[in-house]
Amino acid sequence: MTRVFISRDMASVALGADAVAHAFADAGCEVVRTGSRGLFSIEPLVEVETEGGRIGYGPVTPDDAARILGGNHPNRLGDVAALPFFAAQQRFTFARCGIVDPLSLADYAAHGGWTGLDIARAAEPQAVVDTLKASGLRGRGGAGFPTGIKWQTVLDAPGGTKYIVCNADEGDSGTFADRMLMEGDPFCLIEGMAIAAHAVGATHGYIYIRSEYPFAIQTMRDAIALSADRIAPFTLEVRAGAGAYVCGEETALLDSIEGKRGQVRAKPPLPALAGLFGKPTVINNVLSLAAVPFILAEGADAYAKVGFGRSRGTMPVQLAGDVRHGGLFEVGFGITLGELVNDIGGGTASGRPVRAVQVGGPLGAYFPPSKFDLPFDYEAFTAAGGLIGHAGITIFDDSVDMAHMARFAMEFCAVESCGKCTPCRIGSTRGVEIVDRIIAARETEPARAATNDGTLGKALYSRAPDRIDVSLEAQTTLLRDLCDTMKYGSLCALGGFTPYPVLSALDHFPEDFGAAAPVTEAAE
Amino acid sequence: MGFTRETDHGTPPAIATGRNITLTIDGESVTLPEGTSIMRAASLTGTAIPKLCASDNLESFGSCRLCLVEVEGRAGYPASCTTPIAEGMTVHTQTDRLKQLRRGVMELYISDHPLDCLTCAANGDCELQDQAGAVGLRDVRYGYDGATNMGQPKDQSNPYFDFDPSKCIVCSRCVRACDEVQGTYALTIEGMGFGSKIAASQNDAFLSSECVSCGACVQACPTASLIEKKVVETGTPDRAVVTTCAYCGVGCTFRAEMRGEELVRMVPWKDGKANRGHSCVKGRFAWGYAQHQDRILNPMIRASVTEPWREVSWDEAIAYTANEFRRIQAQYGRLSVGGITSSRCTNEETFLVQKMIRQGFGNNNVDTCARVCHSPTGYGLKTTFGTSAGTQDFDSVMHADVILVIGANPTDAHPVFGSRMKKRLRQGAKLIVIDPRQIDLVKSPHVEAEHHLPLRPGTNVALLTAMAHVVVTEKLYDEAFIRERCDWDEFQDWADFVSEAARSPEAIEPLTGVRPADVRAAARLYATGGNAAIYYGLGVTEHSQGSSTVMAIANLAMATGNIGREGVGVNPLRGQNNVQGACDMGSFPHEFSGYRHVSDDGARAMFESAWGVKLDHEPGLRIPNMLDAATDGTFKGLFIQGEDILQSDPNTRHVAAGLAAMECVVVQDLFLNETANYAHVFLPGSTFLEKDGTFTNAERRIQRVRKVMAPLNGHADWEIVQLVANALGLGWDYAHPSEIMDEIAALTPTFTGVHYDRLDAEGSLQWPANDAAPDGTPTMHIDGFVRGKGKFVVTDYVPTDEKTGPRFPLLLTTGRILSHYNVGAQTRRTANTAWHPEDRLEIHPNDAENRGVKEGDWVSLRSRAGETTLRALITERVAPGVVYTTFHHPDTQANVITTDYSDWATNCPEYKVTAVQVGLSNGPSDWQEDYADHARQSRRILPVEAAE
Repeated sequence: MTRVFISRDMASVALGADAVAHAFADAGCEVVRTGSRGLFSIEPLVEVETEGGRIGYGPVTPDDAARILGGNHPNRLGDVAALPFFAAQQRFTFARCGIVDPLSLADYAAHGGWTGLDIARAAEPQAVVDTLKASGLRGRGGAGFPTGIKWQTVLDAPGGTKYIVCNADEGDSGTFADRMLMEGDPFCLIEGMAIAAHAVGATHGYIYIRSEYPFAIQTMRDAIALSADRIAPFTLEVRAGAGAYVCGEETALLDSIEGKRGQVRAKPPLPALAGLFGKPTVINNVLSLAAVPFILAEGADAYAKVGFGRSRGTMPVQLAGDVRHGGLFEVGFGITLGELVNDIGGGTASGRPVRAVQVGGPLGAYFPPSKFDLPFDYEAFTAAGGLIGHAGITIFDDSVDMAHMARFAMEFCAVESCGKCTPCRIGSTRGVEIVDRIIAARETEPARAATNDGTLGKALYSRAPDRIDVSLEAQTTLLRDLCDTMKYGSLCALGGFTPYPVLSALDHFPEDFGAAAPVTEAAE
Repeated sequence: MGFTRETDHGTPPAIATGRNITLTIDGESVTLPEGTSIMRAASLTGTAIPKLCASDNLESFGSCRLCLVEVEGRAGYPASCTTPIAEGMTVHTQTDRLKQLRRGVMELYISDHPLDCLTCAANGDCELQDQAGAVGLRDVRYGYDGATNMGQPKDQSNPYFDFDPSKCIVCSRCVRACDEVQGTYALTIEGMGFGSKIAASQNDAFLSSECVSCGACVQACPTASLIEKKVVETGTPDRAVVTTCAYCGVGCTFRAEMRGEELVRMVPWKDGKANRGHSCVKGRFAWGYAQHQDRILNPMIRASVTEPWREVSWDEAIAYTANEFRRIQAQYGRLSVGGITSSRCTNEETFLVQKMIRQGFGNNNVDTCARVCHSPTGYGLKTTFGTSAGTQDFDSVMHADVILVIGANPTDAHPVFGSRMKKRLRQGAKLIVIDPRQIDLVKSPHVEAEHHLPLRPGTNVALLTAMAHVVVTEKLYDEAFIRERCDWDEFQDWADFVSEAARSPEAIEPLTGVRPADVRAAARLYATGGNAAIYYGLGVTEHSQGSSTVMAIANLAMATGNIGREGVGVNPLRGQNNVQGACDMGSFPHEFSGYRHVSDDGARAMFESAWGVKLDHEPGLRIPNMLDAATDGTFKGLFIQGEDILQSDPNTRHVAAGLAAMECVVVQDLFLNETANYAHVFLPGSTFLEKDGTFTNAERRIQRVRKVMAPLNGHADWEIVQLVANALGLGWDYAHPSEIMDEIAALTPTFTGVHYDRLDAEGSLQWPANDAAPDGTPTMHIDGFVRGKGKFVVTDYVPTDEKTGPRFPLLLTTGRILSHYNVGAQTRRTANTAWHPEDRLEIHPNDAENRGVKEGDWVSLRSRAGETTLRALITERVAPGVVYTTFHHPDTQANVITTDYSDWATNCPEYKVTAVQVGLSNGPSDWQEDYADHARQSRRILPVEAAE
């Protein structure tokens, strides 16, 4: 019987993988449902097992089954791993994703699974923490805090009960790495958490998955049940999120697990010292924890030797938006933004010129192509007024209106604000209103020609002492002042980072806000 | 005292670690305890950092973002409320950059806040207004045409405060106060982001929500969003006087905030050591009775209770009173008159009443309402420990690891202390509840009893002795403590007694109905769970074995070494504001002030020398003895200050008969209470707002009561007693209550250090306060028991004679509810009736179904003593076979049902156990109809003759 491999990943299913799988089953094949390889332009992808290895076809439809089994389909890709998109990657974390059956313990073990856990459990907790420190792994959720140091704090914290919490509330638009890993290689995350538990002395862990990921929730629950004996005495459970973006903020996430309203806690105390239920807690992103088995199995040096500056190891970059080759691309730090967008992503899907890319999710900065020489590195992005975040890159062509994108950033913040701190709670709503006024004014007011009669011609509120100045200049100044208040005054990164997309849009694309276009540095 | 707001340092004091931190704030070097926030550190050194969400009775929250500061070497602008001080830290609190940020935040606040300051009820008393000024906000560039939370309807359902969501700044202080301070968790934030709103329960109106109207949220609100209706009506206060609440024995201190002579609001005083800035619905809001139209302001007399009252001058009333007592004594003998002191009045007033009786009547016929509540506490704790009082201060509960509550319902009857207890329970202390009912403490938000032992009413002694059985037979007792501090021989006798198989949890299960395994587990937890503290109430004392139960409690505490330090102890939760004080002041017929027996020649000589008369060495009559003597025809005259024995004492019909048999009953009270229906003289009393004095709370804390307004009736109560005493020829000359306290101090060894100047300077003193304990005594028996060796007393269980049978198959037990106070004379004359307009009979669904009773049906409640009618409340809070009601409403008169069984040692009535039958009813009982008719007749007042 012919074995074929077809992804069960949510993205593949959305593209029709289930129907394709049925067609191959009907054709008498043994269908193995895997995770996704991570390149969506070739999904649904079918890989047929042959003596010479797996031969890939994609994208395919259910009607293609017979021709593929006959070996003469035009979308024959050959060895998928040899495609340039994959050959250029350094898959440390996603090595098994797309290849193995996610819920096969045998597959997992056959592909190097549990090696890291066995090595860790044979070592003292401090040695495991030291390995993490030496690997240079930094928090992949966005903050980039050294994981080993966080673990050290929890290891050193007094107290009998400690927890491992995995943040799988992957809410950034354009990101999907956490989901892909949980659906495609759940045991990897479980192994990483079990290693963390050994390293800090925890006995129980939680995986907090956003409710919009039903496949990931089910896969993780199944995987936990299957691997319970393997990770014992460590125990794990999945908690489904309640649909709030802010619950991806680590302290709000902890409150949510505790059954409370998901609201950001002030720090200190650090979760490492007083986290879940007031106990010392390791809270890490899926990608941080999933990187751990590799580090333990292959050694800290193998991980740390890849990278750039203080950003060591690999990052699973997610290319989305208006891009020709969207998907997951795991690569060592240091690759430039331009390489990712143009060489790997292949430019826009629309075929029009790239105008802007947003890096790091909805709270990340927009960059114009003039910044494409930026190396993918925490420090370099910070210096350029942006952030790596969860490494989602969203690409826009030249039809994008950056004032609308600035408005979207404020609106996103307004919709997702928990309401605890004032800058975010009120500021985001006021931000939408300001951008609306700018959009209205830029149509009628010539660029850089603020007039004296910018004052609104009617009393806005019966008791308002003054009428407000709605000129472009005044509103732009107010928008920058608001961004300053939000960036430096907000309690958490939601309000604090919302100014990144707004200010970067203002700085790099002033012409969309009714001002003169900047003189491009690279005008040669 | 002028009006100044209390200083708010923004965050609570650090939990003591013993380590200090030195840092620099705005160029000044400061050394403070580790764990202090930057905000508090700055405030303590005189720098006010702008703030809105912070308050020093709440944990820091960090939401308003006004308190941002700069810390050298740290990125960003940390919130000073959530950032602890660190060694060597250099903080700047007032830089141009910070001003810019704070102004930016304030501009956002004001962009969603009405600009109606001038017509706002909080004008001049609004933190938002203050902080807008402090940060120099001059312009709101956002305008007012954007999204807004303004214009939402107000919630005015609560009778005492309004909620205006339009003025809310979503600082969550109300929610946090409800959670952290009160522990009710009635409030929440509903929605997210800009749409975040405060909601009570599931978006209910405040009145119908779980809100208990403690006022903590109103106090916490920085704007006019939650504000007292009285402030809305009257305006903001212009002066404040610190005084002590006149409701329960917790003894909360309040700032009476006044505008001229008008009381605007009572705000709990943060420096109050009993309440630590918290309050309940009664003390905070239910003071309107002081101005109620029912108050009687002129003295009245009548020759017979069948006649209407006649208003007379003070001179005439006083002279009539004195003449009547002298006439009766001349006619029926020295012992034919007596008096009752009030636990509602001050120490000084109580002292004067008993002095008037002993000095002026020449007998010891004085008693007080403690007779019917905590007299067994006095007897039991004096016998075992040597002092007739609780052993701890309230703060002690914060050091307890195990809390045993028996026969008390703190969240209803002592709500402010109940909240403290819940706070400690949320911190992890374990709870044991011994109570026939499932009181709120058994299970409420974030609090759950480890063990609830729902015993049959009347079996306390059997259950406590069974717990002792477990402690002794499982060798859980603290032998070192017992050998050092107690009489070892007595312990062994007691240990042998409790060890007998007949006293095991298994053997007594048929009596108590409590599962033996639960009794054993509770006993083990109490004995081995760390600091274990017992809190008890009238469910312990008001039994035929009340004194035995108190001693059984004392035995348990001694056997396990839980006496003599913080976090442990035996703590009676006293009912009345000054019941401890009334007992201390010599209100009992056998004791002078300081609990010295009248037969004690030394003590008597001291008083005889001070008062210049010979004093009787024989104890006088107790209240029930006075009533018995009256029906026998030997007791004819009674002076009653501030007590309503007809409604509060058991077997109402017997009380009525006793009173009716007397020739002169004098009632000194605010209102024509039920007892006044049998009175010949009515002397109008003054409220706690109208006089100076002191109250002593359940933790022996003596606190000042201060006059905030002139007495409407013309005289403070102590002045009235002095007038009567002088008409009797006693020649008193007190110009101020402080002089009375000086006399008390001179005559009472435990009070020698108590003087008004010290109370004013230090806020309060806990007796003993004398040369041996100059600063008072928060915790008793630290170095040894007052009596010498702690005494173990064998407490054999003797079932009450009050037994169920075919005629009366159910057991009635009585108690109180949060919104009302005892006979309700005060609370029924406030809007508290919104929560509890009538007494209801709690009955288990099974018992109700057997009788065809449905929710809200009128039912008759019958005992061998009497019958009354009230409406049924069907609930599983009571066990099958047990019914429960409150005694706040005279229309119900629950005490028509209760019997004259009483404690073997002290005559404290057995209110808590009455065999009854319940059945459907058509209307009021005969007694209720007769009594209502009598009360109507008796309350008639003749119009004053036309003045010409």
